[in-house]
Amino acid sequence: MRELTPTRSQIPSRRELYVTAFRTIVTKELNRFLRIWLQTILPPAITMGLYFVIFGNLIGPRIGLMSGFAYMQYIAPGIIMMAIITNSYSNVVSSFFGAKFQRHIEEILIAPVPNALILAGYICGGVSRGIIVGILVTVVALFFTDLKIHSYAVTISVVVLTSVLFSLAGFINAIYAKKFDDISIVPTFVLTPLIYLGGVFYSVDSLPEFWRQVSMFNPVLYMVNAFRYGMLGISDIGLLHAFTVIIVFVVLLTTLSLNLLNRGVGLRA
Amino acid sequence: MPIVDATDSPPALSISGLTKVYSSGLEALGGIDLKVADGDFFALLGPNGAGKSTTIGIVSSLVRKTSGNVKIFGIDIDIDFASAKSHIGLVPQEINFSQFETVEEIVLNQAGYYGINRRTALERAEVYLRELALWDRRSEISRNLSGGMKRRLMIARALVHEPRLLILDEPTAGVDIEIRRSMWSFLANLNAAGTTIILTTHYLEEAELLCRNIAIIDKGSIIENTSMRVLLAKLHSESFIFDSATAITSLPAMKVAELTLIDEHKFEVVIDKHQNLNEVFERLSAAGITIRSMRNKSNRLEELFLDRVNNNA
Repeated sequence: MRELTPTRSQIPSRRELYVTAFRTIVTKELNRFLRIWLQTILPPAITMGLYFVIFGNLIGPRIGLMSGFAYMQYIAPGIIMMAIITNSYSNVVSSFFGAKFQRHIEEILIAPVPNALILAGYICGGVSRGIIVGILVTVVALFFTDLKIHSYAVTISVVVLTSVLFSLAGFINAIYAKKFDDISIVPTFVLTPLIYLGGVFYSVDSLPEFWRQVSMFNPVLYMVNAFRYGMLGISDIGLLHAFTVIIVFVVLLTTLSLNLLNRGVGLRA
Repeated sequence: MPIVDATDSPPALSISGLTKVYSSGLEALGGIDLKVADGDFFALLGPNGAGKSTTIGIVSSLVRKTSGNVKIFGIDIDIDFASAKSHIGLVPQEINFSQFETVEEIVLNQAGYYGINRRTALERAEVYLRELALWDRRSEISRNLSGGMKRRLMIARALVHEPRLLILDEPTAGVDIEIRRSMWSFLANLNAAGTTIILTTHYLEEAELLCRNIAIIDKGSIIENTSMRVLLAKLHSESFIFDSATAITSLPAMKVAELTLIDEHKFEVVIDKHQNLNEVFERLSAAGITIRSMRNKSNRLEELFLDRVNNNA
């Protein structure tokens, strides 16, 4: 048997630890969803393609213009954003809950990795999947309509912030989840209605005043409209107002996520 | 390797007044004190639900303590848990790696969580996977491994950052005797090379063979904490199982030993450990009983363990 002589090598510096640990979590997350791309990347592209066919091609021409744009062009940003939201959310909720369920989250918990880094790693995984799927859906959209970017800065910042926000939401869902049902209830009964009623397929200005006011409580409305502004230059919501809402939600959910991690909720007995 | 004198370096693990009350109200630890010297091979024994895994959970950060103090090589976990964690390797009781990753990925990822750069991680992964006979299976998805391989993978994973303190929570549970013996040899070498090891196990033979010091925990309290040698010296009697060549219906009475019939070819002899067996054989021979073979009923530590736990009931 080989002589076992643990080297007692220098423990890595905090900087080395943080950089390596963060890279490890992100790489692991990327590998996870890329390895199962048939389940994670392809389905949203097909689903969103069907939206373009049905709502854009078949129903769209009967609706006519919306806010001065062909219906297909009008819904394209919303559909891309819908893909980004659902994929960011589902990536983190399924990955983190899976790690809890199989208990390999303990690999990270027993290591000297700060909670903020654990959170950042999982959020990066969710954002990566959200953006990859978003790009793919955009490519699909280009088969049906012309898309131009009105403002790259707005488009990119809304995509990243929205993806971060829903990755955080997925993370919180996973923290509280105790069984697989718990990670499908929120997407089904909360996320999907919020997205469909968030101005993806229509302008809230076309709603009766009461329902327009109700829609203002839907955070997805702000993201869809800010993104639509980035692509088409039109929005039902003021840009500053939209960014304020998104950033406030990101800050709130980040604070809550870190608080849950620090208290060990659902993770440490 | 000799245990490092406590005056030379801080203990590998120092626990004082540690309590844990779960949210259900269950008091798992009632204020335990424990010290494991640097370089020791230490057994932490106790019946199911005694508090072993809770103690290990607190030391490894998976369980939050209610009160008390824990230091790893002198580092207070309340002050700098991250530094303390860098020194610990944990082999948990239950399989807890991703079932969808390869053997090598699991080990390399764990190295990454401890800040080990990729090149060093690859070198160490090869060393420990070879050492634990898993190198040929490094590209295998972990769920395809046998139970024994999974246990060995958890040991390789726990060692990849070369911890000074290795905690093994029933590492050989469900492992066949051949693999168990090879794991014993591996752990003994690892300890000889300087790694402090804390072992919990239900195989008391394992603890007796490997460990120099021992603590028995029961109902959240330490009921015995001494060296293995001192503990075994407390054993007053030994039990043997005798196999008779012929059928027997009754056994002769003896002053030096207590005999109990198990079946018509087998009986148990309990004898004071200071007595010899000659008189027993003479009396059996006189009674016309021919002994074909004999063996220890159980290992010595097992008897002591049961004695201490039963007395604590």
